[in-house]
Amino acid sequence: MKDVKKRSLPVNSASTSSIDFTGPNGPKPKRVFSTRNIVVYGFLILAAMYYLLPLYVMVVTSLKGMPEIRMGNIFSPPMEITFEPWVKAWDSACTGLYCEGLKVGFWNSVQILIPSTVISIVIASVNGYALSFWRFKGSEIFFTILLFGAFIPYQVLIYPLVIILRETGLFSSLAGVTLVHVIFGMPILTLLFRNYFASVPVELFKAARVDGAGFWRIFGQIMLPMSLPIFIVAIIIQITGIWNDFLFGVIYAGTKNFPMTVQLNNIVNSTQGVKEYNVNMAATLLTAALPLFVYFVSGKLFVRGIAAGAVKG
Amino acid sequence: MFRNLHSKIAALPMIATALFIFVGCSLWSVFYSFTSSRSLPVEKFVGFDQYIRLFKSSRWAISIENVAIYGVCSLVFSLSVGFLLAVFLDQKIRFENTFRTIFLYPFALSFIVTGLVWQWILNQNFGIQKVIQDLGFEGFELNILSNRDYAIYAIVVAGLWQGTGLVMALMLAGLRGIDEDIWKAARVDGIPAWRTYLFIVIPMMRPVFVTTLVLIAAGIVKVYDLVVALTGGGPGVSSEVPAKYVYDYMFGRGSLGQGLAASTVMLTTVLIILIPWGYMEFGERREKKKPASE
Amino acid sequence: MRVSSRITAIAGAISMSLVGLAQATDLEVTHWWTSGGEAAAVKQFADAFNKGGDNWIDGAIAGSGGVARPVIISRILGGEPMGATQLNHGRQAEELVEAGLMLDLTELADKEGWRDFVRPSKLLDSCTVDGKIYCAPVNIHSWQWMWTSLDAFKKAGVDAPKDWYEFVKAAPKLREAGIIPLAIGGQAWQSGGMFGVMTVGIGGADLWKAVNVEKNMDVVRGPEFAKVWQAFSEARDLADPNNSIQNWNDATNQVITAKAGAQIMGDWAQGEFSVAGQTAGVEYDCLPGLGIAPVLDTAGDAFYFPKNDDPDVTAAQLRMASMMLSKEVQVAFNLKKGSLPVRADVDITAANGCMKKGLEILKNADNILPSGDQTFNSDTIGQLEDLSTEFWSDKSITPEEAQSRYAEIIESAQ
Repeated sequence: MKDVKKRSLPVNSASTSSIDFTGPNGPKPKRVFSTRNIVVYGFLILAAMYYLLPLYVMVVTSLKGMPEIRMGNIFSPPMEITFEPWVKAWDSACTGLYCEGLKVGFWNSVQILIPSTVISIVIASVNGYALSFWRFKGSEIFFTILLFGAFIPYQVLIYPLVIILRETGLFSSLAGVTLVHVIFGMPILTLLFRNYFASVPVELFKAARVDGAGFWRIFGQIMLPMSLPIFIVAIIIQITGIWNDFLFGVIYAGTKNFPMTVQLNNIVNSTQGVKEYNVNMAATLLTAALPLFVYFVSGKLFVRGIAAGAVKG
Repeated sequence: MFRNLHSKIAALPMIATALFIFVGCSLWSVFYSFTSSRSLPVEKFVGFDQYIRLFKSSRWAISIENVAIYGVCSLVFSLSVGFLLAVFLDQKIRFENTFRTIFLYPFALSFIVTGLVWQWILNQNFGIQKVIQDLGFEGFELNILSNRDYAIYAIVVAGLWQGTGLVMALMLAGLRGIDEDIWKAARVDGIPAWRTYLFIVIPMMRPVFVTTLVLIAAGIVKVYDLVVALTGGGPGVSSEVPAKYVYDYMFGRGSLGQGLAASTVMLTTVLIILIPWGYMEFGERREKKKPASE
Repeated sequence: MRVSSRITAIAGAISMSLVGLAQATDLEVTHWWTSGGEAAAVKQFADAFNKGGDNWIDGAIAGSGGVARPVIISRILGGEPMGATQLNHGRQAEELVEAGLMLDLTELADKEGWRDFVRPSKLLDSCTVDGKIYCAPVNIHSWQWMWTSLDAFKKAGVDAPKDWYEFVKAAPKLREAGIIPLAIGGQAWQSGGMFGVMTVGIGGADLWKAVNVEKNMDVVRGPEFAKVWQAFSEARDLADPNNSIQNWNDATNQVITAKAGAQIMGDWAQGEFSVAGQTAGVEYDCLPGLGIAPVLDTAGDAFYFPKNDDPDVTAAQLRMASMMLSKEVQVAFNLKKGSLPVRADVDITAANGCMKKGLEILKNADNILPSGDQTFNSDTIGQLEDLSTEFWSDKSITPEEAQSRYAEIIESAQ
């Protein structure tokens, strides 16, 4: 991982925002049990507990039976570990007569996620490339509008988008919700790629032009091969962003295509008889599983991804 | 016209999105906010009636107040806690990676998940309140989810849990961007570490702070999922937020004009925050950019 | 060879047309019936529809009407609607009908004679726009019930109340025994509905009509209505101050398990008691009109069938509408749902005590109220719900203040 990063070009042109965790700058520590160490580690450990607590509670609750939940407290580890809530959450939890658990939502989310991620990244990478090397009259203006678009409250655009999707016949379909994700992913990704390509030496581009390479050839043969890391960053941004979406899924996907977050909310809010907190927590964990997995696997790239997405040109 | 033709073709999706979606749809929404549209958009203009009604609505007033509370708390706490965490992580400590991983993981989770977890932890029959009461502190009360004055703070706590890690990561990146020489010079001059941070490092990190601020601010206006999952706007209407107001009126209550008026107010607020920032960030940098290639 | 291929072709054509006749059509049905009793009831519909050779695709949306309605409406507006959907009939769907988005059921209704057997006839009237019928009413629901846990009162050592006033008197005893007097979920429609029930119960049916139907401002601002707000204010003090429950059926569950003394909720709560295996008069009791004024409204649920280009779907929609109003299904569905059938001509001897009480009351036409859904549009209802839920949770709002805000909403109602 480290090697990839060293060789790769910086994510951002602005040096203040480039992510480099290799060299801490603070003063050097002295003794192991100095007051300073106690304060530092004490603070960090306390903070870590606050951050870990909800995850811990989710896990232990999901492994307990209902009687134990009713008697015990939420922090105590399960006396008898049961995986039944997990099975139920995945396979048979009900909303009304619909007792399919989260598995359908999971596959819906996958079906929304893959095309949305691929298409939005393809479009954004070409955009970023065009904005860096092939500026045309007005290209900066469109880019600025796009950036503003990243901050427009979704509520402003929801209804007109319903109309657009209705007129194109895409409403309530996977294609429709994919389109919405592509649209709303475009600003941040375009920015990401634009900043990346802006840091590629112009000489490289000029040399290729001299050799007679055109728009697409330079993109395919020179730019793409050298931009693998930024693609990974973009993929991470999109996977977490799209997987965690709720609003677009609930409006544009249609009942049978509801993504996992929407079905989670459905399952948790429908009780037939007693509220099954263990199933709810198992369902919550299942929904969180994929982004968590991506997060833990991608490690520093994730940090770079969000920081890169966060930074302006 | 045909110069850069490929580039123009390649940029078509971007141009279309910028023009038709971000500009076109926004204008559409503003336009119809001046009509009496109910479930369906109609061109029956009523001037500012929808806005007058909006600002007379107590639910809207509460929504605005809540988003202000949420916003101020988010900004203050996530900036200060995020910065503190970053500073502590920047002390050449062991397990830095582990700590960073722990602080940032909630950011990978959706607001729905965040909301549901905190709902469970704050559940007054089983959650923290019960646990502490069982420890012998019977008078202990932490029923913030069912208390109308505190429900919005439950949303703040959950939101901070989810988002502070991001601020920490950005700040840490900023700290690492500070030149080692500055620390050396400060040490030579005998300036205590806290003063170095406060008077030298923080001013140097201004761009990071501005970026973080804008990011958090944009997130604040959009807050919706978290409220839906954690409190549903309750108890009563005490934790309603503008985004939910728009959605409820637009679809649920068949009062499109009202919903659009509310969304227009949201848009205006965002522009008021955004335009000075955009001017600051882009206006002064323009000259530094590479000249356009052909 | 030629002959045999021709035969195969013919045989193929025949079998195709046969398949065409008995073709199973998938219809997606959206609704917000997700509690135990409701799910059991909707299953009756689904089973009957599937038995007819079609396929019921259940699109339940949790979180009650407040959450489900936006999803359903946006779906219809998006032009890719479900096969059928639950909506409260009345003005809520009016605009969608006027925009031509709903299937006209008039022909089917005429053929089957809905006008002859649907009772009360206003249920069908509210499905009617410009003389045409656009929805299938499936049940009669009334809000005006109070459900009491007999066990809870036994535990507290007081007699189970026969009306609201006795309940208020018994409440301190319940408190002492660690029982929540009044259970309620946090969703706005619940306090909104409860306020309506108290208007009828405390103020009487005439007051209710003056306020909600005639919109008589003198009455809305008057002393009689003030009494209702006073009682509603007392009621909010009887609820659990730490209430964290959202769903109505979780609140009903508190009554079922004797953790709470009573709940004011429509007769759909009946379904939850049945699912829990409880019997009226043994574990729980029901008091129509808060035990004071036995007046019921006859609102209900209705299904709308959004217009579709596919003739197969349209045919299946009509089959579903017909099925929902058929005799057997009406009985089976309503017994589970805790509501009354819309058909006057069915046998419901299997009905339990509470349902029979309801039927008895409805025999006298004077005891019937129109429901709020039919007098206000969803915008106004939403505002009234917001007000009542805000009042309920915010004890700093005085009854007087709430009353004047109520009046303002009524004044501006379209």
